[in-house]
Amino acid sequence: MKPIIEVQQLSHSYGENVAINQLSFKVNQGEVFGLLGPNGAGKTTTIRLLNGMFEPSAGELQVLGYDPRRDGASIRKVAGVLTETPALYERLTARQNLKFFGTLAGLTPSKIMERTEELLHLFDLTQRANDRTGSYSKGMKQRLAIARAWMNHPKLLFLDEPTSGLDPEAAVQVRELIVDVRQKEGTTVLICTHNLDEAQRLCDRLLILRKGAALAQGSLADLRRIISPGLWLEISLFEPFTKINDEWLQGMAGLLKIDVLSNQTLRLEVESQAVIPEAVSRLAAAGARILRVQPQEISLEEVYLRLQSNHLVQAEKEGAAYAQLS
Amino acid sequence: MLNFRNIKIIVWKDLLEVKQNKSVIISLAMVPLIIMVILPLVFLILANQPGAAQSFNDPDLATFFANLPASMTAPMRGMNEIQLTLALLLGYMFAPMFLILPIMTSASIASESFAGERERKTLEALLYTPASDAELFLGKALAAFIPSILVSLLSFVLYTVVLNVGGFPLFGQIWFPFSPWYLLVFWISPGLAAFAVGLTVLISSKVQTFMGAYQTSSAMVVLVLGLVAGQAAGVLYLSNAVSFLIGFIVWLAAAILIFFAIQQFNRKSLLVQQAN
Repeated sequence: MKPIIEVQQLSHSYGENVAINQLSFKVNQGEVFGLLGPNGAGKTTTIRLLNGMFEPSAGELQVLGYDPRRDGASIRKVAGVLTETPALYERLTARQNLKFFGTLAGLTPSKIMERTEELLHLFDLTQRANDRTGSYSKGMKQRLAIARAWMNHPKLLFLDEPTSGLDPEAAVQVRELIVDVRQKEGTTVLICTHNLDEAQRLCDRLLILRKGAALAQGSLADLRRIISPGLWLEISLFEPFTKINDEWLQGMAGLLKIDVLSNQTLRLEVESQAVIPEAVSRLAAAGARILRVQPQEISLEEVYLRLQSNHLVQAEKEGAAYAQLS
Repeated sequence: MLNFRNIKIIVWKDLLEVKQNKSVIISLAMVPLIIMVILPLVFLILANQPGAAQSFNDPDLATFFANLPASMTAPMRGMNEIQLTLALLLGYMFAPMFLILPIMTSASIASESFAGERERKTLEALLYTPASDAELFLGKALAAFIPSILVSLLSFVLYTVVLNVGGFPLFGQIWFPFSPWYLLVFWISPGLAAFAVGLTVLISSKVQTFMGAYQTSSAMVVLVLGLVAGQAAGVLYLSNAVSFLIGFIVWLAAAILIFFAIQQFNRKSLLVQQAN
């Protein structure tokens, strides 16, 4: 698959502060790619660099075949950006906002009119299209902001915290719209978010950032494998099992880990599905009354938190080693 | 290569926002109303009061009149004391006050440009458009320049009507404007507006808030007050030649400033300002 974005060893500093530190990643055509990380991790700076708003301090980058350092305007012409805030002109109506951004994107007046009506209808804003956007709810503003970013049928859509500050209903609507945009036009989408549930639902691949550097990247399955190579299995028991701490499973081939979550719940990590029947039958033979056996998928949240905490532990160790050396 | 369609749409959007902003509209209307309508009306009403002739018979004014260049006194020959006093005050002394209008108008609108967008958090979306830095700057500058020219012209028309209608009982004829006013309105005033716009847009791109930009750029009014004081003290008279020269200097300064501002202006600094 052809990469739409290619970033190699990208670095950027604001004065003394390093915002991006030797970051490398690729985004393929048609995929939804998530940039995850806490505030200040460098997500927004990455979007700015990819759009040619800043010149990087070091590294190579290509977006849609253009070098953002030289051809920022060409990228911005064929890409759409949803900024962290809706950034609408609140004294203007929805139609006027779309006319303004459509014209700057290079659309012809007739195309702007056609596209405006199409988007207002799709985003359910036709009824309020002639009202000033200052009177809109947060959800309506966000929908209009996405419509604005999608005005020129972008090949690449950057969404910075698309559901931030929205109520659950509005957030679901926005997520559905993102899926819709991708399905209808095959648009490549790069999402910056710290909403892990949203990232898990929407993204094909993810890049986890911390202090401008990549902690890990890949599909959710790839990320799960980084923190845990096996499959997880949660076993619920009908009644408390007194031998729960016995060593009845110890030494079993293919069993990687046992977590006792309570005296009625166990979590096992196994090498493969083939190990599951053996583990269940050993447990039953030991006298446990099994209520439910459920394969467990480690959530993105867990992956993310473990990666971040592993990084902190590593940083602390390095800090201690450095302190000892000095 | 500039894309004029981009500049035009930025002007359109900014003017639409000005039109929808009541506080800006009120401030745009108040300054001309006070300077160009209320103040001259007060003088005209006072001059129409019984006994005004005595009060207006000031020997200092006669001396001042005697020292004026011949080209300036020609239209006032044969006027009586009241007419002469009004013509001097409202026709000449007041003239530099008119220059406050393009400065205040352009400062008020241009301050809204980048600082206003930053305050309302719309700046980043604007910067993500394909418009070039120069197009953004020129669009914003023109959006402040056009209304300031319109306000100046409209104010001049209003002032002319007020002086001729309100002064008709005293003058019995249409006596205003005097010739230096044409240079003031069509030559110095646009130049000053261009200078104020260039400076204010540049300041607006460097400061965080509308008020910060407005207060800094409004300090240019001091230049105008210098002209008022210069005329009152008899150091400088806004004759045709002096007006032309002042206009030339102002336009030159505006051109240098705008050229410098376009060189200085870029997305990165605007975004870094925003981040700070």
